[in-house]
Amino acid sequence: MEISGLQIVLVFIVSCIAGMGSVLDEFQTHRPLVACTLVGLILGDPTTGIIIGGTLEMIALGWMNIGAAQSPDSALASVVSTILVIAGHQSIGAGIAVAMPLAVAGQMLTVFARTITVFFQHKADQYALQGNMTGIDVCHIVSLFIQALRVSIPAVLVAIFIGTSVVQNLLSAIPPVITGGLQVAGGFIVVVGYAMVINMMQAKYLMPFFFLGFVLAAFTGFNLIAFGIIGVVLAIVYIQLNPKYNSGQVVAGGNASVPADNNLDDDLDA
Amino acid sequence: MAKQEVRLTKGDRFRMFIRSNLHQGSWNYERMQALGYCFMMVPIIKRLYQGDDKVQALKRHLEFFNTQPFVTAPILGITAAMEEERANGAAIDDTAINGIKVGLMGPLAGVGDPIFWGTLRPLLAALGASVALTGSIAGPLIFFVLFNIVRLAVRWYGIEYGYVKGVNIVKDIAGNKLQKLTEGASILGLFVMGALVCKWTNVNIPVVLSSITMADGKVVVTTVQDIVNQLMPGLVPLILTFGCMNLLKKKVSAIWLIFGLFAIGIVGFAFGLLK
Repeated sequence: MEISGLQIVLVFIVSCIAGMGSVLDEFQTHRPLVACTLVGLILGDPTTGIIIGGTLEMIALGWMNIGAAQSPDSALASVVSTILVIAGHQSIGAGIAVAMPLAVAGQMLTVFARTITVFFQHKADQYALQGNMTGIDVCHIVSLFIQALRVSIPAVLVAIFIGTSVVQNLLSAIPPVITGGLQVAGGFIVVVGYAMVINMMQAKYLMPFFFLGFVLAAFTGFNLIAFGIIGVVLAIVYIQLNPKYNSGQVVAGGNASVPADNNLDDDLDA
Repeated sequence: MAKQEVRLTKGDRFRMFIRSNLHQGSWNYERMQALGYCFMMVPIIKRLYQGDDKVQALKRHLEFFNTQPFVTAPILGITAAMEEERANGAAIDDTAINGIKVGLMGPLAGVGDPIFWGTLRPLLAALGASVALTGSIAGPLIFFVLFNIVRLAVRWYGIEYGYVKGVNIVKDIAGNKLQKLTEGASILGLFVMGALVCKWTNVNIPVVLSSITMADGKVVVTTVQDIVNQLMPGLVPLILTFGCMNLLKKKVSAIWLIFGLFAIGIVGFAFGLLK
């Protein structure tokens, strides 16, 4: 499928938004659910975009930036794989398979962007000495825009070349055993994301709740909302009954009269 | 110093709130969120300081800073309150302000990471994705709208809370309120992860163990998957999950695990072991 000029402009805008989302981590526009849906809308097939988004989102469930560690990049993976599936007429399984190397490439690009941003950090130091706040704002916004470009430039290149016969031939040369295998793997690849989330909690003593969830899912037909409600109830009951918190209230009250705290209060009230 | 009293308005804090949506825009490997922090403090500094005081304030907030982005809100509120006191003559030095920032960013990241990245986002994303797999636009909308409502509420009320409570907030963080919230979120997160491992995965091992022709001529085929399903549905994904957890702890990167599982899928499919 040829992508029109207007669509390429829209792909550029959406991939900029996705790229900015990936560094900000605020609006979540870099998450597959959002980015794939938007690209699907642009290319005239929102349903496929939403399904790719849902599939990729489950795989990327545990991709998170903690401290200074960068996770695989969902922004570039989402945008480009959706273009490949819709405009390149690929199966969703193949799109997901292509998304993974793209996530690695995107990760490298964001590390690169975050390194060159050091330059703007130093530039901001100079503006601070001049008391130039507009300069500081510009440094911040330009850095943000670098992150937008590191996704939108590759995405636009793919969008331009996707209609060419070379790319089409390359894509259709993938043997069926690969696409079939990728489809099968799609069923259990999500466990990597689950494992990342579980590891992140670092709470071995709470693992009984994990097994309870597992067994309940195995032998009931509850949906996710039901699991969410049961999980909240379990958490509340656990905290209400936990002796650690029941004796803890007294300790917290005692802390309030520690002299050091009062000094800080006085400083503020002065 | 007999200076005229300067007060921050709600509008100043609101402008800081708006800017806080771009907090991590200039994240870099040298000072991480430092420039972002200064960027958010600009409306506050603009209101409070002139001349050399302004330069000092800008420099002060270009120091190293890094935490989970949303929990920065109460820290912003506190530092705004401290700067306001300082501008009105209180003896608050650079060390006190930076001490609060550095002192809070660690403990708050310890709360923010498991609550937002470990529980809230995966849960809403899984909910959204399960709806999205049917092709419904409701899936992405559920995720996007709910997550951002919570996020914006935390950002705005966090700033106001930090601003009103000032340094007293340190007591709240040391107390067990946040610990309760973190532990509760972890319980919810782990419980739902258990359900996801079992139900939102798909493994089928079609290897035939026995094929019996019944008296009435019907053929009953029993595969490995049938046996597994009788014992414990979801057993294979459970084993895979624990395998991944172990490898991740051994610093194997997630993307290699994904490629490894792709390889297993392709090989298994080629030999008819997986379907």
